[in-house]
Amino acid sequence: MYIIVVGAGKVGWNLARELLDKGHEVTLIESDRRRYLTVEQELEHNISYGDASELWVLERAGIQRADMVIAVTGDDEDNMLICQVAKEKYLVDQIIARVNNPRNRRHFDLLGIKPSVSATDLILRLLEHEVPEYGLVHLLDLQEEQLEIIEMLLGKDSGVTGRRVGDLQMPEGSLLISVLREGKGFVPNADTVLQEGDEILAVLDPGKEEDLKALFGPEGNGSNGSNGASGE
Amino acid sequence: MLREGHQVSCLDEDPESHARLEVGLEKSWEDLGGQFTVGAGLETEALEAAGIGQADVFIASTDGDNTNIVISQIAQRQYEVPTVIARVLDPLRAEWYQRQGLNTVCPTRVAIDMLEGAVREAAGRGASPDDTPAAA
Repeated sequence: MYIIVVGAGKVGWNLARELLDKGHEVTLIESDRRRYLTVEQELEHNISYGDASELWVLERAGIQRADMVIAVTGDDEDNMLICQVAKEKYLVDQIIARVNNPRNRRHFDLLGIKPSVSATDLILRLLEHEVPEYGLVHLLDLQEEQLEIIEMLLGKDSGVTGRRVGDLQMPEGSLLISVLREGKGFVPNADTVLQEGDEILAVLDPGKEEDLKALFGPEGNGSNGSNGASGE
Repeated sequence: MLREGHQVSCLDEDPESHARLEVGLEKSWEDLGGQFTVGAGLETEALEAAGIGQADVFIASTDGDNTNIVISQIAQRQYEVPTVIARVLDPLRAEWYQRQGLNTVCPTRVAIDMLEGAVREAAGRGASPDDTPAAA
């Protein structure tokens, strides 16, 4: 695959190196002369000097035949426009943009720049995983497909421990897909009895988190989740 | 534009820019009906405070091409401002975004055209190309 990576900061340089190791053809583009000269000592002809928001720089790097463009500069506007031009002018199949300021993510979405990757969001996601606020952790958001997968630990006071999966009234738009128990995962059936300490994985429509928390959380009684606010 | 009776609202990151607006004015910018907001163009809160929701025309003329192109597209797509104009120094991109439906003004192109015009005029006034000696 021919991949153009824009921005030879820590992210871009390491990314380019790994992609080269995997056998891809890579051109890294860097607009700072000194940074370019540093990285050029290692990557040699795989790095090119120039401002990638100028079209001729992209064309010199062979954007017409690129399979993928990854924009990881420290400037969100640059990343947005490099990807926009790659996608809409040069018809590059795949683009990936880095979001530096998470508040700009909606602008990436507005300009149709997908997927966009934000380190801050990733760290927040990790933190959430380590310190779950409500015991419910987002594992995966499938934005296009309008689905998400969550993980939840059943505590001592969970309303569903000791109950059969078949007896649970799962909220509409949600499905229990797996149970992790004592380090092993399995797909539950109707006769599976949930235990304290189980971690459940569920797939659900966006916005169903509260219903699920109501069912599996401390005050859960398996009836319904109409009480949207989280309890004390 | 203010003098012509339009309502004008300026958004700038630098509070000092307000002083520049008042150079040569007999009254303060606000007394003349102008609005001034301090904020970054990429912050939708700042754009909204500056009144983008009611704007008939939106002009992005910061000193950065990329910022101008991004903000103009936000004005077009998110706020549906009827007329949007972006200052783009890079002639190639100005031309491409113009074709994509964004009004662009390219000062570089304008300067090149003016300089070319001036050169041609000078050449026309002086010795015409036909009169140049065939060989030195």
